[in-house]
Amino acid sequence: MIGGWQGSGVDSSANTFARACAAGGLFVFGKREYHSNIKGDHSYFQIRVSEEEIHSHIDEVHLLATFDKETMEVHKQEVVKGGGILYDPSLFKPEEIGRPDCLLIPIAYSEIIQATAKEFHREKDIMKLQIMKNVISVAVSLGLVGLDFDLLKTTLEEIFKGRRAALAPMNVWAARKAYDYAVKDYQSEYPHRLKRRSIPASERRIMMNGTTATALGKVVGGCRFQTYYPITPASDESEYLESHPEFGVVVIQSEDEIAAITMAIGAAVTGARASTSTSGPGFSLMAEGLGWAGMNEVPVVVFNYQRAGPSTGLPTRHEQGDLKFALSASHGEFPRLVLAPGDLEEYFYDAIDAFNYAERYQTPVIVLCDKALANSTETIPWYDLDGVHIDRGLLLSDEELAVLISSEGTYKRFKFTESGISPRSVPGQRGGIFWKTGDEHNEVGHITEDPENRTKMMIKRMKKLDVAAREIPIEKKVNFIGDRDADITLVSWGSTKGAILDAMEVLKAEGIRANFLQVHLILPFPTEFVAQVLSRARRRVNVEMNYSGQLAQVIREKTGIPMDASILKWNGRAISQNEVVEGVKRVLKEQESKVVLTHGT
Amino acid sequence: MALKAQDFKTDAHNDWCPGCGDFGILNAIQQALAEMQLSPEQVLLFSGVGCFAKTPHFVNTYGCHTMHGRSLPFAVGAKLANPNLTVISLGGDGDGYGIGAGHFLNTGRRNLDMLYLVFDNGVYGLTKGQASPTLKRDIQTKSLPTPNINDAINPLAVALAAGYTFIARGYAYDGKGLRGLIQAGINHRGLALLDVLQPCPTYNTINTKEWFEGLEMDEETGIKKAANPRLYRLEETGYDPVVHDPNNSQEIAQKMLQAFQKSQEWGEKIPVGVFYQITLPTYEDRLKERVPALKQYTAATMPIYDRESGTPAVDITKALSELRVC
Ligand SMILES: Cc1ncc(C[n+]2csc(CCOP(=O)(O)OP(=O)(O)O)c2C)c(N)n1
Ligand code: SF4
Ligand SMILES: [Mg+2]
Repeated sequence: MIGGWQGSGVDSSANTFARACAAGGLFVFGKREYHSNIKGDHSYFQIRVSEEEIHSHIDEVHLLATFDKETMEVHKQEVVKGGGILYDPSLFKPEEIGRPDCLLIPIAYSEIIQATAKEFHREKDIMKLQIMKNVISVAVSLGLVGLDFDLLKTTLEEIFKGRRAALAPMNVWAARKAYDYAVKDYQSEYPHRLKRRSIPASERRIMMNGTTATALGKVVGGCRFQTYYPITPASDESEYLESHPEFGVVVIQSEDEIAAITMAIGAAVTGARASTSTSGPGFSLMAEGLGWAGMNEVPVVVFNYQRAGPSTGLPTRHEQGDLKFALSASHGEFPRLVLAPGDLEEYFYDAIDAFNYAERYQTPVIVLCDKALANSTETIPWYDLDGVHIDRGLLLSDEELAVLISSEGTYKRFKFTESGISPRSVPGQRGGIFWKTGDEHNEVGHITEDPENRTKMMIKRMKKLDVAAREIPIEKKVNFIGDRDADITLVSWGSTKGAILDAMEVLKAEGIRANFLQVHLILPFPTEFVAQVLSRARRRVNVEMNYSGQLAQVIREKTGIPMDASILKWNGRAISQNEVVEGVKRVLKEQESKVVLTHGT
Repeated sequence: MALKAQDFKTDAHNDWCPGCGDFGILNAIQQALAEMQLSPEQVLLFSGVGCFAKTPHFVNTYGCHTMHGRSLPFAVGAKLANPNLTVISLGGDGDGYGIGAGHFLNTGRRNLDMLYLVFDNGVYGLTKGQASPTLKRDIQTKSLPTPNINDAINPLAVALAAGYTFIARGYAYDGKGLRGLIQAGINHRGLALLDVLQPCPTYNTINTKEWFEGLEMDEETGIKKAANPRLYRLEETGYDPVVHDPNNSQEIAQKMLQAFQKSQEWGEKIPVGVFYQITLPTYEDRLKERVPALKQYTAATMPIYDRESGTPAVDITKALSELRVC
């Protein structure tokens, strides 16, 4: 774990450390926590590194890197007995730290920086060079765990390239000094080691966070128009797209989220694949627009990166509180699909599916992401694009439209069909003129309050959900992992997936068999499958990052099946592997029916 | 075959009150499009919600009757996704200057090549005549229980401050003049605001046709005559709205000042016509500089896949390589 005041380089040191470990073939999961503040407040990054695959963070800290007093005060109790604490001897005497049971490693940051400045004749820049504290702490950490220096060297050379290439030798020099110091004086006393993993030739791994994963999925999925109004933690996604103009995505920063969604709908009307990304407060503003898109059968894709609400809530902290809202946001009834990806692979592939569904069913698709994965960094396999395909549904080419008109006379945008889905033209096409309106309308799109038409139009639109429920394969709707006849069935959605999967391994080692039902497509709800699994489950427990167990409510509504117990958390901090283990044990051993988790700083 | 106004009509049922100024504006739109010989399929109209907002249903082009106050952002999205279309955004005074005021201002920052035409009748027609943002203070129309307590905004002055590059006012019953202004607004390469004074005989019983045109009944013949017309055409006074050198900041300041002053005239004399015009790079131009693919395609027409195999067209190998760790 590395901490410091926001803006002091915590993120970049964490990133450097993670990359160096990943370059050694190790599996990395990083979690970023920060205040709603720009400079000054405490922030930290927790990196878990393992020789085995991992998908979550844990509570224990084995090595804590500090530069300031606050990090020490906030986090020192999280360090395990025998763990290491890096500290600045100009701030503390060892006995002041109050952890005699830990290996305390003083790092004379300023001395190393001064020596580096001298070596490179940069003494006059000494203030600017203070940022090298980050590299120094990373180097010491790598030295302690026994990873080769060349991993760090290569990583630094990759980071400091192009315009910043001149900085590489200096950073490498300082890192070397710090690394050697750690190896010589402390490595033998530090109990935790990491070993490079030999990487099979066929293996390619990438490392990124959730917002980058969705951005890349959107690019592959053919998104051509993205709107956003700045909001944590969603903006990173749009900014990534904006910084890669070569992808050809038009990114528009709108004046508010009402404009964000309506611009995206306007673009979608013209045939561009369009989306917008936001977080709770913005998603609330988008409600009316969602309804218009539903009413007019416009394929628009909305990503909601959930964060702790209500209102501004904990704007930089995690929660899964928007599920029920997403299922019903906007007045009236219209079809929508709601997806809840649970890891960085699903973040990517769901972005592609979301556009396919939106166009196939000609209706809005909402993807529920969250702060936890948006700001988590993970090593994952290279995205495999075999089998990825684009489905534009009944979008008509000019030729198809001409054929349709010659056989049917006039074109009707909202033609009543068996599936409820009507062939779709776009402005500019000959003979494809349509009207769209938020009012109830007839087949060509003109306003009508005729009761019979109303009855039929509602059926036409809503029917598309049934079609989606039939067509979408079960493996896209749910994941069911683990022994069929486990002692306990954990039911969840979204980013808890990683912690649950990791916890299942730990539980197994302790003789507790858990399986996991991840509801991935929440609307249309995979009722049959969920009912089948749950009716056979020994003990049904929902694990959710919200107060009221929203998925459990949905499941009960759809299947009639209640949960036996709930494991819930809403303190704004993502669930850890330990917490899932603890929660399961409390349910099974203490017979608790509602476990409220509270870990995290 | 040359297009006629008739080609821009639809058979959708029109439920505006008899004598509504919206009819005049609708006709002018249809005639303007016909005179410009724009293909109906290349035109995309957006409107918000209000009496006026039914207009797209009566025009035989692609049309979207959207949400109250949101015509502009819908139109912006469509225009940026497919700049080849002639996109026209229609607003109401309540719709565009009230609930949609944020979009009115912010669209001014973007200079899209698009016309924004606002049906300005001083009232919220469709909700039965409440005061709109352009109704002057202390005026009491028939439908108001008490005189209007708010001051009015001046949309032309606001547009000037917001960055619109073509600012004009028209009048619903001035068929020829209005047609010309619509065409000028469409032809202007940039964002045009055309505020159209639109009598609402049902609710705005003050700013009526008679009031605007200074119609008075001739006692002897019983015929209404324009005795004291309030409206006059700017162009007939030698007023030059155009910034001839967009690099000359002094000229810009002078033309803006003149437009601002003219926009303040109201009451006995009300100017119509073009108040201000400047040609500047459009948002579409700026986007093309940013996103190279837009030089060749629009967002709406850029290929995203191989139609036969469904294979995505965009290759992210390079981006993934940047993220590769082992
Ligand atoms: C979000 C929202 N709020 C309120 C309304 C109700 N509403 C419908 S039309 C209208 C006013 C229309 O006034 P204006 O824009 O001036 O158009 P006009 O009817 O005068 O042509 C209002 C308030 C609505 N449709 N949507
Ligand atoms: S209420 Fe006024 S604006 Fe609406 S249709 Fe009637 S006259 Fe026209
Ligand atoms: Mg009005």
